[in-house]
Amino acid sequence: MSGSFHLPTAILVAGSLGLLYALVRLVRHGRSASRGFVSEVDQATHATLHTASLAARHLQDGLTEDGTARAAKHLRELLGSSAVAICDGGGLLAWDGAADHHAADAPGHAQEVLRTGRTIVLRAGQVQCPDPDCPVRSVVIAPVVTDDRVVAALAAYGPNASAGLARATEEVAGWMATQAELADLGHQRTRTMEAELRALRAQISPHFIYNSLAAIASFVRTDPDRARDLLLEFADFTRYALRRGGVFTTLAEELRNVERYLVLEQARFGDRLQISLLIAPEVLPVTVPYLAIQPLVENAVRHGLATKEGGGHVSITASDEGAEAVITVEDDGVGSDPAAIRTILDGHADGDNVGLGNVDARLRQVYGDDFGLVVETAPGAGTRVTFRVPKYAPGVHATT
Amino acid sequence: MNPAYGVVAIVLVCTVTLAIGAFGLRLSRTTSDFYVAGRTVTPYRNASAIGGEYLSAASFLGIAGLVYTNGLDMLWFPVGYTVGYVVLLVLVAAPLRRSGAYTLPDFAEARLESTVIRRLCSVLVVGIGWLYLLPQLQGAGLALGTVTGAPTWVGGLIVAVVVVANVAAGGMRSITLVQSVQYWVKLTAIAVPAFVLLGAWVGDGAPGPAAAQETKWIEPLNGLAGQGHPVYATYSLLLALGLGTMGLPHVLVRFYTNPDGRAARRTTVTVVALLGAFYLFPPVYGVLGRVYLPDLASGTADTLVLRLPGAMVPDQLGETLSAVLAGGAFAAFLSTASGLTMSVAGVIDQDLLRRRLGRMTGDDFTVAQGFRLATVLSVIVPYAASRLIEPVGLATMVSLAFAVAASTFCPLLVLGSWWRGLSTVGAAAGLVVGGGLAATAVALTIFAGPIPGWPGALLGQPAAWTIPISFATAVLVSLATPGRIPRHTARTMVRLHTPEDLALDRN
Repeated sequence: MSGSFHLPTAILVAGSLGLLYALVRLVRHGRSASRGFVSEVDQATHATLHTASLAARHLQDGLTEDGTARAAKHLRELLGSSAVAICDGGGLLAWDGAADHHAADAPGHAQEVLRTGRTIVLRAGQVQCPDPDCPVRSVVIAPVVTDDRVVAALAAYGPNASAGLARATEEVAGWMATQAELADLGHQRTRTMEAELRALRAQISPHFIYNSLAAIASFVRTDPDRARDLLLEFADFTRYALRRGGVFTTLAEELRNVERYLVLEQARFGDRLQISLLIAPEVLPVTVPYLAIQPLVENAVRHGLATKEGGGHVSITASDEGAEAVITVEDDGVGSDPAAIRTILDGHADGDNVGLGNVDARLRQVYGDDFGLVVETAPGAGTRVTFRVPKYAPGVHATT
Repeated sequence: MNPAYGVVAIVLVCTVTLAIGAFGLRLSRTTSDFYVAGRTVTPYRNASAIGGEYLSAASFLGIAGLVYTNGLDMLWFPVGYTVGYVVLLVLVAAPLRRSGAYTLPDFAEARLESTVIRRLCSVLVVGIGWLYLLPQLQGAGLALGTVTGAPTWVGGLIVAVVVVANVAAGGMRSITLVQSVQYWVKLTAIAVPAFVLLGAWVGDGAPGPAAAQETKWIEPLNGLAGQGHPVYATYSLLLALGLGTMGLPHVLVRFYTNPDGRAARRTTVTVVALLGAFYLFPPVYGVLGRVYLPDLASGTADTLVLRLPGAMVPDQLGETLSAVLAGGAFAAFLSTASGLTMSVAGVIDQDLLRRRLGRMTGDDFTVAQGFRLATVLSVIVPYAASRLIEPVGLATMVSLAFAVAASTFCPLLVLGSWWRGLSTVGAAAGLVVGGGLAATAVALTIFAGPIPGWPGALLGQPAAWTIPISFATAVLVSLATPGRIPRHTARTMVRLHTPEDLALDRN
């Protein structure tokens, strides 16, 4: 049909679609509600858990000023108090609730708790306020303890400090401690990853250095020009591999380094090592973790070819898949037992293959579990290692 | 008109497109050289690719039709289409590249550190992409109908099927080489017949358009374009086109291919030159149409380019030129539609579908399947719409897509790159208000038919009021919510504006 557009029909169609949507929503809602009778206790529990999860989101970086300020509102909801304050050794971290004029007193109140690590209750005499309508008459202050250290104090202000409030404050402070410990754990994991990256860097294999230098030495008399070129490649390679700083680089940089590596390996293996590269120019600017490909290529050369009789072929491809780049390193060498590869990827590295496991772990750490290495291999059938990298990931920037 | 020539040309273009999709990757990349990694895409090639993807049905057929019906004022269309890249060059190209973003939602997330804004941008990208796909499919129907007499639904369907097959199969995934060749194919297809026709025109003694009514046609601000208020309409159009280019999803993804910010700027300069060369030709067809086909029925002006050779030069040659133009037009539909579909499908897949699909199927689907589903979705919706909605003219439709892009992404990109004070809430408010107003205006223009007087002019060319309102909303709301300025704004701004080769700690 080319032409008549009938407005009433369109409105009718749009209207009925809307109605259908509303119906579907209703049916779904009805189904979820009919799963069982929800008692008031259950409802309260759910509400509490929900509030706790909201607060936890802001505490995932630990007890930072920013995070606690955002979490304070939810913590106050959890406690049901008029106001809450969170203090650490440096002073007030966050205040939420009524009676802002008490915020300045909070660090003073918390002083004793931070020192002794014991919960205290301050009543009307100790919390002074000239305003007769002020809801802040007393306060319960509980310590937040991680690793036997008082890291902060949680203060709940209210008209009267009931035993219930005291109990709740202690529990919430304990919960905050758990969150802080989780955050610590996260930080530690990051540090471990960084240490592993350093380990990988240091691990640019000594064999490779001996072998390269030996190969270069063999050319010094017969072909001094080539020896000089190789030596320069070697210098560039080590400069890249041992550099300090950034965790990420561009695919172009990483591939350039792989090429240097391969030039050196070819000096040693000669015609036994054949290489083909198939690189889509569109993905060259993609950001990848530094030294993500070189260990895979080294693996292909060492485990795929070096032990095999006759020559071998290593191919490296990088292709453009819309929002992702796909990188493949393949060799037609002796292959390996899939089970052995599995243990390596599970983190139980056995010395020789630590490169694979490390690259896999770093990719997962940076981009999430969907982006690990995929290894296809069998004894005698060669090995193909594939991974995907998103073109954009929050917080990932190449540094040169 | 003898359909055989046109059919051959169109079949040829479709087959070549499919073949490149199936084998192109291998053909364009078989190399075992070392140092291939140093060969990043050059600005010149990338610019050709942008031109190839950007020159759509509106450029190839629409502009000539507009100049034919409405006269001199319509020359602002090609100017606007090109000016957009100048604005892009000055304000956005380099910061966008340095942000590391691949798509618009990526930029929003990188700059504003908020997944809510990301989601909002995803929805807008899909909306703008669909709005822009619609005239491509309608144009295909028109072109095929003119050449072969087939009903209008056939052409759109052919383009839809070829694009889905190509994109879903993984071919044509923004292969720069292919898209850059597309630009030259299109330029040749429009330029060569234009020169032949101009030669025929000179041979006829270079007659001018028949007098009388034509005096108005040749005057500036003649008000032939419908609602009246030509001064307002012209400025509004220029704003929409000039500021909307930066919000076109399929153009922006190309900037990622540049190795750095400087290359991004160089690419943009080249694009301006390439587009300038192309846009010399469509008006030629419009003017010649006035001379040789003065009585074209209203509503068929978009087919002028395809009819003109038949009216001007003898059989064989005329048929061949028509076929060349039809082939070029189909190349335009296919490349623009593929680029748009890629972008829209990518966003649907990544931001809207993947998690939901995972939940529904218990992760029992592959990434490729999800992308294919997204591809089908992103073509079916505009195709269905193109069947339901009465055509309002290819270039008009495209300018509406530009208006929505200019009212939403322009404030986001410009304020995001140049103003530290932009807060998350402010950016969201700007997107919602600008997008809402522009979308309402577009919907009223499309559905309610011609509206007389000022309301009609304001709704038909909404950019002049929706863009300022959107900017103002974003700025005022940001000023009111200084607490919601993203935490790492200063660091992000340093990254957006320092050249890459400057040794500087960006973290």
